[in-house]
Amino acid sequence: MTNNIKLLIEFLGGLDSIFDNKRTYSVEVDNDKIKTLKDLIFDYIVKELLVKPEDNYSIYIQDETIRPGILTLINDVDWELEEELDYVLQNRDVISFTSTLHGG
Amino acid sequence: MFTPPSNPVNKTENLKVSQLCELCHSRKAILKRPKNLMKICKECFYNVFETEIHNTIVSNQLFYPGEKVAVGASGGKDSTVLAYVLKKLNEEYKYGIEITLLSIDEGIVGYRDDSLATVKRNKEQYDLPLEIISYRDLYNWTMDEIVACAGVRSSCTYCGVFRRQALDRGAMKLEISHVVTGHNADDMAETVLMNILRGDVNRLEKSTSIMTSSAGSPVKRSKPFKYSYQKEIVLYAHYKKLDYFSTECTYAPEAFRGTAREYMKSLEAIRPSCIIDIIRSGENLVLKPKKAKKVTTKFKNIKKNDNMEMEVKPNGTISLFKDGNRCERCGYLSSNRICKACILLEGLEKNRPQMQLENDTSTDGKAKLMRDLENLTF
Repeated sequence: MTNNIKLLIEFLGGLDSIFDNKRTYSVEVDNDKIKTLKDLIFDYIVKELLVKPEDNYSIYIQDETIRPGILTLINDVDWELEEELDYVLQNRDVISFTSTLHGG
Repeated sequence: MFTPPSNPVNKTENLKVSQLCELCHSRKAILKRPKNLMKICKECFYNVFETEIHNTIVSNQLFYPGEKVAVGASGGKDSTVLAYVLKKLNEEYKYGIEITLLSIDEGIVGYRDDSLATVKRNKEQYDLPLEIISYRDLYNWTMDEIVACAGVRSSCTYCGVFRRQALDRGAMKLEISHVVTGHNADDMAETVLMNILRGDVNRLEKSTSIMTSSAGSPVKRSKPFKYSYQKEIVLYAHYKKLDYFSTECTYAPEAFRGTAREYMKSLEAIRPSCIIDIIRSGENLVLKPKKAKKVTTKFKNIKKNDNMEMEVKPNGTISLFKDGNRCERCGYLSSNRICKACILLEGLEKNRPQMQLENDTSTDGKAKLMRDLENLTF
């Protein structure tokens, strides 16, 4: 039996434009393979959700982490307070990415 | 339609002391302030964020009781948070100001029409009056038409010049002499950096002032978010679930500003205080006084008599330069004989944009033809 966890992934602040114009993704991932936020971003979001990765990868990722200017929140908490990429995912976590790189 | 961000269900049950807010020591910290790396909770964040803006307003005496103030509202994150916070502070601290939302419709289909829909919702949500001024009404051109005529590369030049004037005219129409804008600390640091990189020393000194007004102008501008980090503004909007519009303009920002912005963001990732540090550096820069220009005897006399300066334009014409002058064509305040907007408009009408950056391949009279075709009726 696989060990699945449910997650809610949100792309806000205009970031949905590189994720098929969809703001919210309710997903189920295999917790044996995807354990940390790093696994989720690089083995799931980039591979499964990102549209046209050849063009859009650099809008989302820079220097092997989330691009500066995109706010990452784990259950509404700044990821800087949650070990960033090493955060260990829990069932029913809400992960949100908000772009701030646009006009005000 | 506005969709608020989801509410997380997972809560940490056993908190370590190190996870607590460094201000109230009782709730879980949810963000690290870029300014001072302090970890604080949501409640304390609201409080600190609003209080800092209040302090900025009070220490710079931005408002006086009974003043009518227009918020330059684009529907974006900064102006939406500004309208919300200003209304809140006005009620809490009794500034006694009257707030109006003032929006500019540049006429960019797929961008401004959607963002104006957000402003219209904000009008209802915050119960504030709204005035929309359009480029179409003021200049008889929309940005879409200007881009079709002058090319996408110079779009920001046109838009910037026209917007500045449109905000002033909108304010004057409403008999308001104070426009507040949502420019934040990141924007200001970016501008300081750009002026340094371009060697634009004249703008460098002015770029960090919180309040600006040209001599003789009835409308002043101020930036209450001068010291507010973009990250905190976005987080504030996120936690308060404010309805804001977040799409980049169809005519992407100037390449230079875009690069400066990315550079700032990369710097911020390494050293978050650098944004406020750049502003402080800008504030404390004082240029050495300019050397008096050599003037010929003939011009000297004019200067003595009329207190006027001459400006020689590249095409050989001379215009009288005096702060507080009015444009000969539209009557708008202008340091030159003809204001920048009128010069740009003239260029557009002739389909010869002044600020052309690339070889324009469009044929002569294309713009006129387009406008004529538009006015055709059967």
